[in-house]
Amino acid sequence: MMDWILQIAPAWAEAHAPALLILLPMLAGPLSAFLPGGGRLAWLLTVVVTTLCTLLSIILLAQVQSVEGGAIISYAMGGWAPPHGIEFRIDALNVLVLLLVSSIALLTSIFSWPTIKAEIADGKRAMFFGAFQVCFMGLLGVAATGDAFNLFVFLELSSIATYVLVALGSGRDRRALPAAINYLLMGTIGASFYVVGVGFLYAATGTLNMADLAVQLQDVGGNRAVQVGFAFILVGLGLKAAMFPLHQWLPNAYAYSPSFVTAFLAATATKVAIYAMVRFLFSVFSLDFAFEGMSLAFILAPMGIAAMLACSFQAIFQADIRRTLAYSSVAQVGYMLLGISLGTAAGVSAGMFHLVNHALMKGALFMAVGGVVLTYQGTRIHDFAGLGRSAPWTMTAFAIAGLSLIGVPLTAGFQSKFALVSALLESGWWWAALIVVFSSVLAVVYMGRILEAVFFRAPNNPHKEHKEAPLLILVPLWILAIANIWVGVSGGFVYGLADDAASALFIGGAS
Amino acid sequence: MAGPRTDHHVVLRIVAKPLIPIIALFALYVHFHGDYSPGGGFQAGVIIVVAIVLYALIFGITPAMRAVPPVFARSLAGLGFIIYASVGVWSLIMGGNFLDYDVLFNEEPGGHMGQHYGILMVELGVLFAVAGSMLSIFYAFAGRVTEIKDEDW
Repeated sequence: MMDWILQIAPAWAEAHAPALLILLPMLAGPLSAFLPGGGRLAWLLTVVVTTLCTLLSIILLAQVQSVEGGAIISYAMGGWAPPHGIEFRIDALNVLVLLLVSSIALLTSIFSWPTIKAEIADGKRAMFFGAFQVCFMGLLGVAATGDAFNLFVFLELSSIATYVLVALGSGRDRRALPAAINYLLMGTIGASFYVVGVGFLYAATGTLNMADLAVQLQDVGGNRAVQVGFAFILVGLGLKAAMFPLHQWLPNAYAYSPSFVTAFLAATATKVAIYAMVRFLFSVFSLDFAFEGMSLAFILAPMGIAAMLACSFQAIFQADIRRTLAYSSVAQVGYMLLGISLGTAAGVSAGMFHLVNHALMKGALFMAVGGVVLTYQGTRIHDFAGLGRSAPWTMTAFAIAGLSLIGVPLTAGFQSKFALVSALLESGWWWAALIVVFSSVLAVVYMGRILEAVFFRAPNNPHKEHKEAPLLILVPLWILAIANIWVGVSGGFVYGLADDAASALFIGGAS
Repeated sequence: MAGPRTDHHVVLRIVAKPLIPIIALFALYVHFHGDYSPGGGFQAGVIIVVAIVLYALIFGITPAMRAVPPVFARSLAGLGFIIYASVGVWSLIMGGNFLDYDVLFNEEPGGHMGQHYGILMVELGVLFAVAGSMLSIFYAFAGRVTEIKDEDW
């Protein structure tokens, strides 16, 4: 099938796919900010751009997979050869992230129109879609670039656009404004830490290209500046990825931003930061550095476990469903970090697999909540009571994604938790495997609370007549819900991608 | 704002008036001389905005918004972004990589026209984007408060 894609794709698209992926939203973003028509044209342009970007990601995937063991596509920006010029470097690891970000962007932007019409003022919609595309471009750029400083630029591009998007939730709930400011402060600190860390690495090696950094760092391994740089980068990216205890910005930002933004961010933003962290941990720094091994065992693993426990508990005690799901997101980041902290190919591939699956389930969950916000105006568990009867299609998809979040067999969540537990047992971390199971029980409690209200409680609002979310919401929602089941029943394809990603890191070594 | 005949910071206004075009001219110098000396689109954009901010400080935010409307500032920022990306598209169409200035004018090997004008055009995009965004930020902050009255000086 991959050969077939390469045959029908035009030659220019194949040659310039990495650049076009960034270029399309870069052109369309400012353009859509000026389109007239109350945002409808801007929305159409956004859908077109995200579709094209998804196609380009598929082309890139086909190119990477065309070679046994995964090709590496290098694109020199401006014709300046790396390591001096900026390089876009696509391998099996980041092609997975690119495909995830662009396809989730496509589904959520289809989903967005009804909610945007209800939540964003008329005059701001075009600008809103402009900001969304800049955010989308930034996330793609972080995933595609092979240059450490360029990664910072794209990270900030996406973050600054995200602050705007979160703040625009103020049309529905004024608490979006403090949430956005909080996110801005924390996010800026994170970005500053990252750039300081890159500065230290540059001071020690004199290069910014990641592949070149990896080679140069071999020679200056024990250098104190490198260790400081590593610590700064880990903390900076940890903040962006909502690594426990640096996750304080996340619950409010997710709870009060527009439904569309929540669904998109929950499925992509922290994932891209985790990708960047994996890239630095395993490709730029290599595992032979003793301090790095220590940081994996004594920082990432305990923080991951703490997130799985503490944030799952916090999720149980939230009254607002969006906050429940947000805390659960931090807990799920904990699973990914735990997988990564094993430092083995199996662990990283389980982490990446869970990263993709979590995007599928959280995307679906937040979309369903967005649909309910649209039709019934309420995000508390109390407001969801009895919705199983009034909006069966929306809520069935919600339930499928919720079961996947718990990790019920035949869903995506089960597959990735199974992979994680097997990776943990393989390394002899049986106690961590037990904690994963215990944390899943906590997930049963917080999702069970919601599902119980949805399906078994009588609607406490007598006006709740049969009212389904519009088709534009239902279709992408069900695509994600079915994807959850598809990955759960035959996890092969996505698991294969995650496995390729991990082996690209471990076999490819410095590349 | 007081009428033109009665205000008592006439010195400020007289000094500022000739300064503003000179500041704007200096911005263009920084932009076009960016090839040979420190400078470029970013710095030039900031300097141009300095001229407008000075105008707003001396003559008030409302006349400044009349001279350079906020919508214009926002459009300028978007236009800058588009100029930047368009140079990249141009180089793609000419068969090079994204933002490869060498191919822009189909010149002989060793020619530097592409590098020279390519970077100038890209920096012009940066100038527009920076000037537009800085001005929009300034308007967003300055436009919120009530005007400082003459008596408060």
